[in-house]
Amino acid sequence: MKTIQKHNRLQSSLLSSFPQRVKEVDNHSAISVLRQKAFEKLKTTGLPGNKDERWRNSLLTAIFDREFLLQTKAEPYQKSINELFECEIYNFHAEIISMLNGHYYAKDPDNLRELDNGVLTGSILTAQKNLPELFDKHFGRIGDYGQDGLTAANTAFFSDGIFVYVPDGVEVRDALQLIKMVNKTGNPFVVSRNLIILGKSSKLVFMHCDDSINHLSAFINTFTEIFVDENASLELYKMQNLNDETALLNNTFIRQEKDSSSKVNVITLNGGKIRNEINVDLQGEGAVTNLNGVYLMDKSQQIDNQVYINHLAPHCDSKTIFKGVLDDQATGIFNGYIFVERDAQKTNAFQQNNNILMTSDARVDTMPFLEIYADDVKCSHGATVGQLDEKARFYMMQRGISSEDARLLLMNAFTSEVTSKIGIEPLRISIEDMIKKRLRGELSICDRCVLHCSVPDKPVEF
Amino acid sequence: MLLNIKNLHVAINGKEIIKGFNLGVNYGEVHAIMGPNGTGKSTLAAAITGREGYEITKGVIEYKGRDITELTPDQRANEGIFLSFQYPVEIPGVSMINFIRTALNAQRAYKGHDPVKPAEFLKIMEEKKKLVDIQTRLTKRSVNEGFSGGEKKKNEIFQMAMLNPQLGILDETDSGLDIDALKVVARGVNSLRSDKNAFIVITHYQRLLDYIIPDFVHVMWDGRIVKSGGKGLALQLEEKGYEWVKELVEE
Ligand SMILES: Nc1ncnc2c1ncn2[C@@H]1O[C@H](COP(=O)(O)OP(=O)(O)O)[C@@H](O)[C@H]1O
Ligand SMILES: [Mg+2]
Repeated sequence: MKTIQKHNRLQSSLLSSFPQRVKEVDNHSAISVLRQKAFEKLKTTGLPGNKDERWRNSLLTAIFDREFLLQTKAEPYQKSINELFECEIYNFHAEIISMLNGHYYAKDPDNLRELDNGVLTGSILTAQKNLPELFDKHFGRIGDYGQDGLTAANTAFFSDGIFVYVPDGVEVRDALQLIKMVNKTGNPFVVSRNLIILGKSSKLVFMHCDDSINHLSAFINTFTEIFVDENASLELYKMQNLNDETALLNNTFIRQEKDSSSKVNVITLNGGKIRNEINVDLQGEGAVTNLNGVYLMDKSQQIDNQVYINHLAPHCDSKTIFKGVLDDQATGIFNGYIFVERDAQKTNAFQQNNNILMTSDARVDTMPFLEIYADDVKCSHGATVGQLDEKARFYMMQRGISSEDARLLLMNAFTSEVTSKIGIEPLRISIEDMIKKRLRGELSICDRCVLHCSVPDKPVEF
Repeated sequence: MLLNIKNLHVAINGKEIIKGFNLGVNYGEVHAIMGPNGTGKSTLAAAITGREGYEITKGVIEYKGRDITELTPDQRANEGIFLSFQYPVEIPGVSMINFIRTALNAQRAYKGHDPVKPAEFLKIMEEKKKLVDIQTRLTKRSVNEGFSGGEKKKNEIFQMAMLNPQLGILDETDSGLDIDALKVVARGVNSLRSDKNAFIVITHYQRLLDYIIPDFVHVMWDGRIVKSGGKGLALQLEEKGYEWVKELVEE
């Protein structure tokens, strides 16, 4: 018997609003053509449901029945980003790019900003206007809008997003930090789309921060395409610290050419429902990627990490390590896909996912999916789901350390396998500190705390 | 009296392991507890230190004059009870230095003292490291991670020296040690001995007792003490073997 899928509210409102929306927005070729195609896709497939294999245990689908307000207009620029949001990363200099409610947020939003050595940043819509050739070469070619109804909805409806271009040979000195904030009542649906291009032999550290500055609910749908040309190197940090009412879908598509490298660190500190889909195409020979993730969830939060590593050329390496702590009734999903094409000989692919469940109500589903068509391949994977090491906890308590402090030290030790790999020292310290604060339940009194957090003018002691 | 265990019964998963154990330990004394494998020596140590799953079904453990059976393991540690583990635990990702400083500061906080100053902490650590021949490469690692068997045991004594307990319980600290390491461990323990503390040395062999001279020796069998005496008892036991104890019990 064929079951007829009931239309949820979000889907119905998207379908009915498209004709009007498409009139309002740009009529620029590359974007409009893709919008139309994506809309057709959304019409036929609909938004994903739990019957779809890739969405089987997802809690995100449950929110599609809520009433959302699509964010279509940029907020007027009033205050500088520093007045709206205080970043917790200290001793780390970064060029800030900001977005508010899905729109590029700057004093001068209609121009691209030029940094040293011809590095460009700005709104993705401006980039399309001012640099159509470069834009069309990459836009829509790295990520697949047709992956599912939500990627299709992103492409059909995105209102803005950011664009970054690093010319060939340029090593960007300071990191670029994208601060994305949502501050809106009425259940906003925030849809944005980013494009980042790294030229040959260039270097970029990019931080993508999703932060809440209040407790209002929102649904954020972000789609990011990153092109890493030959011999270029990307370090990408995703920092996620959202309120419990917020749902975040983060699709990131990275394409790597010959001898390029990428390092992706996904740090999920908080958030109601977060789904990260990270897709890396190792397209050129000798490309290397390292994906690290830490997630710390509690209450009824859900974290869902979907990692796709596609080995499409010979001699590529990939290494994926995700570690998470789930407390209370929190749930987690980790699906690690490794695909090795027939020609991708001498592939090295490694995948690991470890979880600690703090309560008997917390749960996690972790699954590897391997599809290997080459024969000369080294590929390994492993997953664990366990409790805190009670032997270690007793050992610590026998030395006088309280049960709670022992718990903190052990959880911090667990995540440090991932965070210790962060190469930029001040960033590593800040991220580790944020994790410590998170584990401690967000306290600010550090002096007596066992974890010895650093605050702006107090260095870490060990 | 520092420690007074009266008619102690301890069960694990409902199975009784300690069956009417009595022991009194005064300040300044060293008591050796000897006995064959599986007789309940480690279970006794676990019960004194408050390990979860070791149910006291009968009897009391009085320490400094009060029953401590309701105290949590960290409270007992802060009251000055230290266990040198038979099997020290590896804790990857927690550095030795952070671990020992956290423990020291927890114990200081319990007594109402401020945290130890970094410079002072390093000074104490250097001093105690020398005492038991602990190399700096070890204190820089994660707790017990990648330590050899002997290094783990030395590390227990090092921690004991850092925390300076009133009651030190050494659970087979000698097993797996060569004679040189044994001497180092004994030297560490002897340097801590004073009239303000006491030690319980659990051992399988008489060997350790050549270097840590006990005031009393107790022979344990099937969850209780079946014979007590002076240090000569250890020699006697070494000579006659545990078969002899069995005969004693059966008499
Ligand atoms: N966690 C446990 N669960 C069940 N039985 C245990 C456990 N630990 C110890 N035992 C049993 O208790 C008895 C005493 O063990 P233990 O105290 O380790 O002896 P000893 O230290 O004297 O060698 C043994 O019979 C052992 O099998
Ligand atoms: Mg034992």
